[in-house]
Amino acid sequence: MAVQPDEFIQRSRSTATFDSGKNLLDVKALKMHFPLTQGIIFQRQVGAVRAVDGIDFFVEKGETLGLVGESGCGKSTTGRAILQLYKPTAGEVKFDGVELTKLGGESMRKMRRRMQMIFQDPYASLNPRMTVGNIIGEPLEVHNLASGKAKTERVQELLKIVGLNPYFTNRYPHEFSGGQRQRIGVARALAVEPEFIVADEPISALDVSIQAQVINLLEELQDKFKLTYLFIAHDLSVVRHISDRVAVMYLGKIVELADRVDLYEHPLHPYSQALLSAVPIPDPAVEGKRKRIILTGDVPSPVNPPTGCRFHTRCWKAQEICSEVDPEFIEHAPRHWAACHFPGA
Amino acid sequence: MPELLEVKDLKTQFFTRDGVVHAVDGVSFELAAGETLGIVGESGCGKSVTALSLMRLIPQPPGKIVEGSIMFDGQDVLKMDDDDVRAIRGNNIAMIFQDPMTSLNPVLTISRQISEALELHLKMDKAEAKKRTIELLELVNIPSAKKRADDYPHQFSGGMRQRVMIAMALSCNPKLILADEPTTALDVTIQAQILDLLKNLAREFRTAFILITHDLGVVAGMTQRIHVMYGGQIVEKADTGELFANPKMPYTWGLLRSIPRLDESRKAKLLPIEGLPPDLIAPPPGCRFEPRCQYRREICGKQVPELKHIPNAKPDHEARCFGTQEGGWLADTDWRHDVGSVAELEAIKQEIADLPPEVKRVEAADEKKEN
Repeated sequence: MAVQPDEFIQRSRSTATFDSGKNLLDVKALKMHFPLTQGIIFQRQVGAVRAVDGIDFFVEKGETLGLVGESGCGKSTTGRAILQLYKPTAGEVKFDGVELTKLGGESMRKMRRRMQMIFQDPYASLNPRMTVGNIIGEPLEVHNLASGKAKTERVQELLKIVGLNPYFTNRYPHEFSGGQRQRIGVARALAVEPEFIVADEPISALDVSIQAQVINLLEELQDKFKLTYLFIAHDLSVVRHISDRVAVMYLGKIVELADRVDLYEHPLHPYSQALLSAVPIPDPAVEGKRKRIILTGDVPSPVNPPTGCRFHTRCWKAQEICSEVDPEFIEHAPRHWAACHFPGA
Repeated sequence: MPELLEVKDLKTQFFTRDGVVHAVDGVSFELAAGETLGIVGESGCGKSVTALSLMRLIPQPPGKIVEGSIMFDGQDVLKMDDDDVRAIRGNNIAMIFQDPMTSLNPVLTISRQISEALELHLKMDKAEAKKRTIELLELVNIPSAKKRADDYPHQFSGGMRQRVMIAMALSCNPKLILADEPTTALDVTIQAQILDLLKNLAREFRTAFILITHDLGVVAGMTQRIHVMYGGQIVEKADTGELFANPKMPYTWGLLRSIPRLDESRKAKLLPIEGLPPDLIAPPPGCRFEPRCQYRREICGKQVPELKHIPNAKPDHEARCFGTQEGGWLADTDWRHDVGSVAELEAIKQEIADLPPEVKRVEAADEKKEN
C-alpha cells in the first residue's frame, strides 16, 4: 500500500530544534554548497557540490553529540561551517543565542575563543617549524589572554593537563609520536578555555592501542572543564562510547538523530540499520550469529544527489514514494528524529 | 597434511642511517592449503613486512631478509632466482594491497592490467585473456563488466577498485592470497561488501589466505586462526574462537580492553595500553611488551620469552609471556577483571609523559659522542 505523504506531515511537525535555554548550539537549515566552475578567465558556475544540504540539530550544554557517516557525507564540512571556517551558503548557526553567520571579523574572532577545533591528522595540523610552546601559546597571544612569563606557565600547565611532560615547551612536533602530537593539539584547543570543541576525527589517524588513551583524555577533560563536544567520526563503536546523542549523516543530510542507546538499539532509518550491522564486532561468537545487511553500490555523488530520499538508490525498503518525495525530518519518538517514509524495523 | 606455506625464523631488517631496524625478528608459522589465517597488530609491528617478505618484495636496499626460510609448496622462496620468484608471484601467491587508489596503474585500462597476468602466467592469447577478464570482473560483482573493463582506474570508486584488485588476485587461481589491510581505506558499508566477497570467493575456490589487519573485529568473522604480532615478533597464536575467549598474552588483553565495542552494554571506561610501541632499532632487551605491561616482573625485562604452549588452553595455543606460561604468575588471571598493578600503570604513564623512544635513543647517542 502506498502511503500518502500528507499523512506524514500531519503526524508531527516539530523539527530537531527546540529553542530551550539548555542549547549551546542551534543549527537550522544549514547548507554548505561548493560551486563547480568551468572556464579559465570567465568562470561560470556549472553546478555545486551539495556537501551539506539543509540540516537541523542542536547541541545541549555539557553533552557530546556524535556525528557519524561515511566519507564524503558532509560531516567534516558541518563542523567547519559551524565554526565559520567556511561561510555557510544558507541557514542559521546560533551559538549561545548569538547568530554566527551574521557576525563580522572582530566579533567573530571574539566568539572563536569560546569554540575550538581538534583536527584529524596530528602530523599535518601542527606547524613543524614552531616549538610546542609557541604552538600552544599562540592562541593565548592572539586573544590577549597571557604573555611573557604567565604564558610560559600556562603552557606548562596545559601540557601537564594533557599528560605530557611540562618541560617540553622547546621541542618541535617531529620529536613526538602520533598520540603525543594529538595531545598537543588538544592542549592548543584548551588554551583559550573554550566551552565548545569540534573534534574532527581526532583518533582515526592513531593506532588502536593509542586511540583509547586519547578517548579517555577527552572524556576526563570534559568532566573537568564542563566542555561540550561535537565529535565527528566514522567509527561507530567509538561514537557509541563517547557520545550522549548521535546524529547519522548521509549525503549532506542528517537522516537520524537520537540518544545513544536509542539509536544503537532501535535504529529507525534503514541507513543507520545498515551502518550498524556493517561494523565488525571483535568476538567470533557474536560475529557468527549476526545478520549483516549488505548495501549494494556506492554513495551517489553530492553534485547530483538522487531525487526524493537520497538513500533510495541503495535502500532495500524503497518504494515509489521514496524516489519522489524527500522525507521530512520528524520526531518519531521522544527525542528521536528520523527522515524516512518507512521508519522502524 | 603437507603444509602449503612454512615460514621458519624469518628475519627481515632495514639498514637505515639511524641503525638497523629489526622489522621482522624471528617469525615462524605454517599454513595448510585452503586455510585462512589472520595476522593482527598495530602499525610498525612488522605484519606488512612479513607479507612482503613472503613475496620477496622487500626493497633492497635498504631492506634485507637476513635469516630464515620460506617453504612454499615444497620450494624455498628465499633460495630461488629472480625468474622463478616472478613465476610464483601473481600466479601461485597473489597479493591484495591496502590502498586501491595507488596500487592500480592509472594510465592502463582495467582489462589491460588484469589480462597482463593472464597472458604472462597462463599463456593466454589476447582474446582469451579479455574474455577471462570480463568473467573475473563479473565474479567480483562489477556491474556491466563488459563495458567497464575498458575504463581507467580513476573512473572507479574505492570499493570498485578494491574489487578489481581482488579480481586481479584471483586471475591465475592462486594457492595463496595475501590481503594486506584490504579494507582499511574503505567505509564500513563498503568494507562489509568487500569482506563478504572475499570470504565467499575463498570458500568457493578453496584458496588459502592470510588477512593482515589492525582491526580485531575484521579477523573475528573472517579467519580460522589468528596470530598477534608485536614489535616484529609473533606474541600469540591461537584459533580464532580461542583467542577471543581465552587470550593468554597481556598485549592481546590490552587490545581487547582498549577498543570500544558496538555491542557494549554500558558506558564502561576504556582501559588503554599505556605507553608507546617499541622502537625497533633498539628493541627492549627482554619481552618486547615489558615496557608497557602492567603485569611485568623482573624477569620480563631481562630475558626474552619464547613462543610456547600455554597451560589451561587448547593444545595449539601459544604465547610469548613468562606470566602465562607453565608456572607463571598469570596462569589463572582473569583478564576481564584483573587489570594488573596500579603502581606499574602509573610508572608507565610517567614514562609516556616523557619522550618517545626514538628521541631517547638519539639523545643517548649524542651523549656518547660528546663523552
